[in-house]
Amino acid sequence: MIGKFAFWPDQASSVALEVDLLYIFIIVVTVATSLAVYGAIAIFTIKYKRRSEDEIPEQIEGNLPLEIAWSIIPLGIVLVMFAWGIKLFYDLSRAPDEAMNFNVVGKQWMWKVQHPTGKREINELHVPLGQPIKLTITSEDVLHSFFIPAFRTKMDAVPGRYTISWFEPTKPGEYHIFCAEYCGTEHSHMIGRVVVMDPAHYEQWLKTGSANAVVSNETPEVAGARLFQEQRCNTCHMTNGLMAPMLAGVFGSQVTLQGGEIITADENYLRESIVNPQAKIVNGYQPNMPTFQGQVSEDALLQLLAYIKSLSKSEAGAPGAAAAASSVVGTSEAQAATTDNQPAPPEHAAPSTGDPPAVVPESQPRPTEQPAPAAGDQH
Amino acid sequence: MSAVAVPKHTEVPALEMPRDNFLNDGYSLKSWLLTLDHKRIGILYMISVSIFFLMGAAFAMLVRLELMTPGGDLLTSETYNKMFTMHGVIMVFFVLIPAIPAILGNFLIPLMIGARDVAFPRLNLASWYVFMLGGTLALTAGIFGGVDTGWTFYTPYSSVYSNSNVILAGLGAFTAGFSSILTGLNFIVTIHTMRAPGMTWFRLPLFIWAHYATSLIQVLATPVIAITLLLMVLERGLGLGIFNPNLGGDPVLFQHMFWFYSHPAVYIMILPGMGVISEMVAFVARKRVFGYSFVAFSSLGIAIIGFFVWGHHMYVSSQSVYAGMVFSLITFLVAIPSAIKTFNWTATLYKGSITYESPLYFVIGFLGLFVIGGVTGLFLAAVGLDVHMHDTYFVVAHFHYIMVGGEIMAFLGGLHFWWPKITGRLYPEAFGKISALLVFFGFNLTFFPQFLVGYLGMPRRYHTYPPEFQIFNVMSTAGATILGVGYLLPFIYMLWSLKYGAVAGPNPWRAKGLEWTIQSPPKTGNFDHTPIVHEEPYEYATLEVNRV
Repeated sequence: MIGKFAFWPDQASSVALEVDLLYIFIIVVTVATSLAVYGAIAIFTIKYKRRSEDEIPEQIEGNLPLEIAWSIIPLGIVLVMFAWGIKLFYDLSRAPDEAMNFNVVGKQWMWKVQHPTGKREINELHVPLGQPIKLTITSEDVLHSFFIPAFRTKMDAVPGRYTISWFEPTKPGEYHIFCAEYCGTEHSHMIGRVVVMDPAHYEQWLKTGSANAVVSNETPEVAGARLFQEQRCNTCHMTNGLMAPMLAGVFGSQVTLQGGEIITADENYLRESIVNPQAKIVNGYQPNMPTFQGQVSEDALLQLLAYIKSLSKSEAGAPGAAAAASSVVGTSEAQAATTDNQPAPPEHAAPSTGDPPAVVPESQPRPTEQPAPAAGDQH
Repeated sequence: MSAVAVPKHTEVPALEMPRDNFLNDGYSLKSWLLTLDHKRIGILYMISVSIFFLMGAAFAMLVRLELMTPGGDLLTSETYNKMFTMHGVIMVFFVLIPAIPAILGNFLIPLMIGARDVAFPRLNLASWYVFMLGGTLALTAGIFGGVDTGWTFYTPYSSVYSNSNVILAGLGAFTAGFSSILTGLNFIVTIHTMRAPGMTWFRLPLFIWAHYATSLIQVLATPVIAITLLLMVLERGLGLGIFNPNLGGDPVLFQHMFWFYSHPAVYIMILPGMGVISEMVAFVARKRVFGYSFVAFSSLGIAIIGFFVWGHHMYVSSQSVYAGMVFSLITFLVAIPSAIKTFNWTATLYKGSITYESPLYFVIGFLGLFVIGGVTGLFLAAVGLDVHMHDTYFVVAHFHYIMVGGEIMAFLGGLHFWWPKITGRLYPEAFGKISALLVFFGFNLTFFPQFLVGYLGMPRRYHTYPPEFQIFNVMSTAGATILGVGYLLPFIYMLWSLKYGAVAGPNPWRAKGLEWTIQSPPKTGNFDHTPIVHEEPYEYATLEVNRV
């Protein structure tokens, strides 16, 4: 808990106990080893104290079996630590599929958080108890690091790329958020608190908000769809796949680049394609897209990404239209809840998101990498 | 301090300072500033590193004073950040890296292998000038506005966002690196080509093995930090896009390049300290070092494996999960040679004839602190655990235990042990012991609480912190005060001994090694006749024959 003196940090996430167990294991092993060494030094120093100025002790060269023993045994012990450590690390690096995605943007000197419902807050993070939470983290300027000691999680916020961290809160309460990577003058003020609430209270909190939280009208997907129009992405990416690759289904798919390299279209690739489009050109296309570096904020990039991802999710069953529609419905509900007296925004959002789906079906028959060969045929 | 045997040097009556020695071979400033004598160059380094050490320590005291309270009541955040940056830059590049090699190494390597000087005396002097140029640049940066990037100069903060004197400080560290490269090169050639007849590789004192391994790292790794700092300076000065993502660069690339040098640099700091301790352990036990070849080869093992562990500084930097796992494995492997050394030093004491003179206090002090520094590295190597501990005070405590508790304790020990050889005078024994004890207790009080507050989550480089962490910080600051006294004391009594200390004679400790067979202080040119080596290192069985 914040402000309470303790010798041991709170264990407030599903991994905290596991991390502490490894910590305790290494403490036990190293304290035992150190005490053995200290004990031997103390005993030898006392027992073999020089008795006369001319005393010459027996000269001992060494002992091969002993050397082998004290090389191999420590090696075995540290390999146990290693295996335990990487197992934990693997668990810490893989968010469960059902995790809710929160976007976190660090900037000098604050943390900006956006909830899946679109709600935003600064230097605070409200989360429901028992729900796995995935954080997609980036930075607007320098390196930062999002650190919650009570959860035993930490991940750098790196400008120009996305990093992932996740946790499942297991104990209600308020805990520190620290920036752990030195980021300039006010580094030590880049702190905040995470508030773990039971899910019902979290729902309540989402509706009523708090002094610090900025009420938003849109989910990241809807905001992303709106940005997609505003930035005129749709003029090339949502027409017919002649000018630019169609984006439905692109997230998570294998993309063939000029030169034949095949990469997976993950968050970092998509982000790069927006801010630095010349870096990786999809096979069959001209490098004619302008850069959006500096024109789209990190928050907006995360929203665009959410929208592009939503185009892929919809793919399996319904065409994009249904997905977009459903996402709009979802938002409307959230908005209805958050803002009783603001019916207008959803109306604005709906038509704008209505556009892309109307176009998407054109590319629906073969949503995978169809545009590329098609464009190739044109030449 | 228990019953102490009367030091035998008091029994030897009326020793006189040798008439001709390197210290009185010319008194003019020119005779010092243009000297080619490795011993005088060692003294030049000793004076300049001591001055840097006092400055670095003063910055540390300001940091500790500020951290006594959770709020920022002594310094502004901006000043605080500059203080810990200057502390780090000065201590790392201008104290820890040169301390043992450039002072004790310069002085002792030719003496220990029976040579008249290092292979390239002019290069040796040049490297001191390059070092001073680097130091001047860094201090200029400090005086004209300071630097606030931390000694790590992480991009893009350093290359774009910081408003401080990054370029000057970076060029200072860049320049000092060349001094380190030149010294390493000089030592490698010296050890290869200038050993006296009979001084085979396996008759070399372990101090030489340790310096050989260190020199390899200096020559191979330092150019990388030079490139890295230069690229950072070019990005900052000319806007070349290398690390800044807005210019198409990659900020994490900087970390890879920086730690490719800076992790091996930790071994540049501790390996020579291990060499010092090997010599001193043999002396205090009056015995061969147990498992000589294992200790020698573990130095090389550390130097080589140490090149492949840099990514353990970057587990949460966005480097690949699998890279993190591989770096974790190699990091655990590099722990083994250090463990081997520690076990062998301990075994050397077994059935020895242990003297209770002041060098013992430094040896035990070193072992006590180095073991803690070493085992706490295992916590940080365990990648899943390091996610929590990375960039907290646990890391701060760990590396201070190695670099200050280990290296500076070894340096102080070595300085005391060879002081009679260097100056021809004895320091007051009792003060040597008091200083070792003060440093040991002060150090533990300063840094042990930082392990606890680190696991609680207190991040590094915080100017202000939550109040629940205060008690640990108060302990740290109290400890730092004691530590400061422990470090200041030797400055006083060693300077005192230059004039008033008893005359040492060639071998006041009755220690083995070529350096103890010649007068103290040695004369310019060291040996009247090239010595011929007939025996193994640390052959204490023949001690009586060599009696002073």
